Amino acid sequence: MATEDATAETDGERLPPIVTALATNRRILVGLALLVPVVVAAILGEAVAPYDPTETHVAQRYAGPGGQFILGTDHLGRDLLSRVILGGRTSLLLGFGATALGLTLGVPIGLLAGYVKGRTDEVLMRVMDIIISVPTLLLGLLILVALPSNIVNVILAIGVVYAPRIARVTRSATLSVSEQEYVLAARARGESNSYILFREILPNVTGPVVVEGSVRVGYAIMIGTALSFLGLGSGPPNPDWGFMIATAREHIYQTPWFLIWPSLALLVTVMATNVIGDGLRDVLDPRVTGERQ
Amino acid sequence: MSLEQQNRRAEGDPLLSVDSVDVTFEVADGTIRALRDVSLDVRSGETVGIAGESGSGKSTLALAIVRYLDANGRVDAGSITFDGTDLLSASRGQLRSIRGNRIAHVAQNPATALNPSMRVGAQVREAIELHQDPESTAAADERVYEVLDQVNLPDPEGIARRYPHELSGGQQQRALLAVGLSCNPDLLILDEPTTGLDVTTQAKFLDLVEDLKAEYDAGILLITHNLGVIAQIADRVNILYAGEMLETGPVEDVFTEPANPYTQALLATTPEIATNKDVKPIPGRIPELDRIPDGCIFADRCAFATEECRSGDVGMAAVAEDRAHESRCLHWEEVVANPVVAGERERVERTRGEAIMTVSDLRKYYDEGTFVQNLLGDHEPVRAVDGVSLTIHESEAVGLVGESGCGKSTLGRTLLKLHAVTDGRIEYDGRDIHDLSKQELNEFHSECQIIFQDPEASLNPSKTVRAIVERPLKLFGDRGPEARDDRVVELLDQVNLGADIVDKRPQELSGGQQQRVGIARAFAADPSLIVLDEPVSSLDVSVQASILNLLEDLCTEYGTSYLLISHDLSVIEALCDRVAVMYLGEIIETGATDRIFDPPYHPYTRALLSSIPSLDPHDDRDRIRLDGDVPDARDPPTGCSFHTRCPQKIGEVCETEDPPLDDVGDGHAVSCHLDEAEMSDPLDADITGS
Repeated sequence: MATEDATAETDGERLPPIVTALATNRRILVGLALLVPVVVAAILGEAVAPYDPTETHVAQRYAGPGGQFILGTDHLGRDLLSRVILGGRTSLLLGFGATALGLTLGVPIGLLAGYVKGRTDEVLMRVMDIIISVPTLLLGLLILVALPSNIVNVILAIGVVYAPRIARVTRSATLSVSEQEYVLAARARGESNSYILFREILPNVTGPVVVEGSVRVGYAIMIGTALSFLGLGSGPPNPDWGFMIATAREHIYQTPWFLIWPSLALLVTVMATNVIGDGLRDVLDPRVTGERQ
Repeated sequence: MSLEQQNRRAEGDPLLSVDSVDVTFEVADGTIRALRDVSLDVRSGETVGIAGESGSGKSTLALAIVRYLDANGRVDAGSITFDGTDLLSASRGQLRSIRGNRIAHVAQNPATALNPSMRVGAQVREAIELHQDPESTAAADERVYEVLDQVNLPDPEGIARRYPHELSGGQQQRALLAVGLSCNPDLLILDEPTTGLDVTTQAKFLDLVEDLKAEYDAGILLITHNLGVIAQIADRVNILYAGEMLETGPVEDVFTEPANPYTQALLATTPEIATNKDVKPIPGRIPELDRIPDGCIFADRCAFATEECRSGDVGMAAVAEDRAHESRCLHWEEVVANPVVAGERERVERTRGEAIMTVSDLRKYYDEGTFVQNLLGDHEPVRAVDGVSLTIHESEAVGLVGESGCGKSTLGRTLLKLHAVTDGRIEYDGRDIHDLSKQELNEFHSECQIIFQDPEASLNPSKTVRAIVERPLKLFGDRGPEARDDRVVELLDQVNLGADIVDKRPQELSGGQQQRVGIARAFAADPSLIVLDEPVSSLDVSVQASILNLLEDLCTEYGTSYLLISHDLSVIEALCDRVAVMYLGEIIETGATDRIFDPPYHPYTRALLSSIPSLDPHDDRDRIRLDGDVPDARDPPTGCSFHTRCPQKIGEVCETEDPPLDDVGDGHAVSCHLDEAEMSDPLDADITGS
C-alpha cells in the first residue's frame, strides 16, 4: 500500500486507495476508452453526426466507405456513420436503464435476505427464483407486442427480471459479510437494522454487485438489439443497430459494410462493458484485493 | 543408506546445511529482500527451532529449503545442501525424489493441507506408493496403519477410512504428520505445527514429536512463533527477525543467557504462567522489508544501539568459543552483562464494587431442531452453555478460560444480547436484559461493549478510523461535531495512537494498531462492562504485551469491568482479578486469580496448567496429558462432564452424579467429587487420563 499512498498524496488531497487502483487498472482503462466514445456520441447524437440519419441521398445509394460518406451509405442513400452514431441510443438506454432498475430492486432484497436469513431469506429467494425463470427476451417481446414501441416498458420489464440475479449476488456477499465481527459490534451497539444493512454491510458488498451490474449492462444491450432486430424497436426510419443489422442481412453479399458497422458498434460496446466488469472484479473482489495487499 | 552417506554422518557433517542464503521476491514496485545472510545446520537426531514473529521470514526459509518458493521468489546467494546434494542446483527429478521422501514438509494448517475429498488412509498411501514402491497393496496398507498408529491415532484402520473433516483438529495435525513420516524421512520440517491447537492438544503433539525423533533418528526443523514450544522440545534455536538470523545457539544457552537484545526483549515480553512476570513490550515495530535500514536491523528498537550500529554490516559474533552460540550484535558482551529483563508484577488492588451483571443458570442451545424432529425424539441440541451462573462486579476483571468449543465465546455474546437465551436469567443493574424499555435498552447498549479476537474483521474496512471511533459518540453522546472530533483524538491518544491515523482505513494499519482502534471504539461509549473475546490471541507476542498493559491501565483509569475470554491462562493471569474455568458449557472452577493457579485444583485446571509450555528449558513440572478429545456438546457425558478424560477419576460416582460447585475457601469454588487433599497433592509425573 505504501507506494499507492505516495502517488495518491501528490496534490495534497488523499485519494482513497481504491480510486487509485481503479484509475490504474488496465482493463478498466481499455474498457472505458472503448465505451465512453460510443456513449458520448449516442448522447450528443445529431450534434456530432455529419448528416441527418434519416435523410436519403438518392444519387449516392450503395456508396462504399471513404469519400464523401466516411462509412458509406445504405440502400436508400442514408449516411451510415450518422445512423451508427444515433442507432445506439435505444440499446444503451435499455442496457443502463434496466441495470439501474435491477440494482435498485435487487440490492435491498439481497441485503435483507442475506442479513436476516431464516424464513425471510427462504421466502424472498424463492420468489426471486420464480422471476428468474422468465426468459428475458420472450418477456421483452410480449411487452413490446402488447404496448408497441414503448422503451420504458421494456426497461421496466427487463429491470424486474434482472433484479433477482443481482439480489442473489448481493445475498451471497452479504451472507459472509454479515458474519464479520464489525457487524456484530454494530449489533452490540444497538444500531438499527437499516443502519447495519446500508452503512455497515452495503459498502463491503459493492465489489461483487458492481461486477454483476456491469456484466448485466452488456446482456441488456444485447437484448435491446435483439428486440429491434426482430422489428420491435423504435421502428423505421429511425436508426437502430438491431434494425440496421436486420436490413443489412438482405445485402450481405453485395455490400457487407451495411452489416459490419452496426455489428462492430454492438461488439465494441458489449465487449467494453465486459472488460470493465473484469477490471472491476480485479480491483473490487475481496479475494484479489487481499492478495494485492 | 550408502556407505558414503554413513561416512559423512560419522564425520559429523550436518544433514541439512543452509549457508548465507539470500531470498528475494520480485513484486510490482521493486524487490523485497525477504531473507538476508541466513545460515543454519540441522543434524540427524536433533531438533532445531526457528523462532520469530510474523513477517520474520520463517516460512519463507522452510519453502526455500524444499525449493517451493513462489514463482516471483528466488534464492540469490548462498547454498542449501542436504546430505551432500546441493538443493539449489538439483534437477526436478532429484528434487522429486527428495521431497516427501527424504525431506517431509508438514504445513501449518492441517485443515487446508489435507485434501478434503480423499480418505486419510489414501493420502498417506499416496506418499508411500510414490516413493517407496511397495510390493503389494497389502504391504502399502500395512505401512499406512503402522504410521497412523505411530502418531497415536486411535483405531488406525478406522481412521484410514475417514475423511479429514471427520477428525478433530489435533487428529488432523497427526494425520498430516503421518503423511510426512510415511516414507521414513531424514529431515522433517514442521511449520507452526501447533498453532491453532488447544494447549492440551499441543502438549500431546509435542510429546509425540519428541518420541518420534528418537524412533526415526531424523533431523527436525521446527518453525514456530511460540518460544515455549522451542524451549520444551528443541535442542538448538535460531532467532529470526525481519529476515536476518539474530542469534543462534543451544536452547539452554540462548534461553538462560541470551546474547542478543532482541532475544532478551522477546523473552521479556512473553507472558509466563504463575511467575508474577510483568511483561515488557518491545517499542517500535518490525521494519518494512522493502525499506531495510542500514546497519543492525534491530537498532531502531534496541536499548543498546549506538551510532556504530546504524551503518555497515553487522556480522555474527561468537558468544561461545566454538561458535556454537552466536549473536548478530556489536555489543553482545554489554548485552549479556546488563540484560533486558521483565519486571516483577505489582498486582493493582482494585476495589471491586457492586454486582453489575448477574447470570443465573444460563443455558444457550444451538440447533434445537424442528418440531417434528423433537417429536420423534431423535434430535439433541448443541449445549453450548449449559447452566452457568456468574457475577461480574464493578471495576473487576473476570477471566473466562477454556479450550475451543467450551462455550466461552457463546457465553460472552449471549451476555450482550447477541444471541437469544434458551433458559436462565441475565440481570444487568438489577434488571433482566430481555425485559428492558427502549430507553433502558439504549442505555444497556452504551454500557456494555465488546472487543473481538480478529482486529481486522472487527473494523469495517470501508470506514475511516475517525468514522469508526466517532460512531458510538454520535449514537450515545450529546456532543457537537467539534467536541466529538476532539474526543476521538483524545481516545486515540489514550490507546497510544497518533491523531495522524484518523483518516486512514483499517487495512492500512498493523494488527496492533487495529486492535487499539477497536479498544478506542469500545471505550468511546463510556461503558461500564466490556466483553473481550480473545483480544490478543491473533497478535504477535511483542504487540500482545503492550495491548495487555493498555487494557490494564484503562481498566484502572475508567473503573470499567472486563469479562476477558481467552484460551490462554497466561493472558488471563496478566489481567484478571477472578477466573472462571469452563468445560463443555459449564463452569467447573472459579476463584481469585492467584487461587486458581495454586492447589487445590480441579483436575482439568491442573491439566491445563501443566500443558502450557514453559520458557525454562529445564522445566520439570508434572506432565498431565488428557486423553481423547472434548466430547460432543450434543451429547455431553452424564455426571461430571469431565469424567471421560479425567486422570483422577474416582469411580462410578463421577459418571452418575454431577458434582456441585463447592466452596473450598475464600470464594474459590471447585466442581469435583475429589476431596481437597486429593485435589492438592502432587501427582506422579507423566499422568495420562484413563
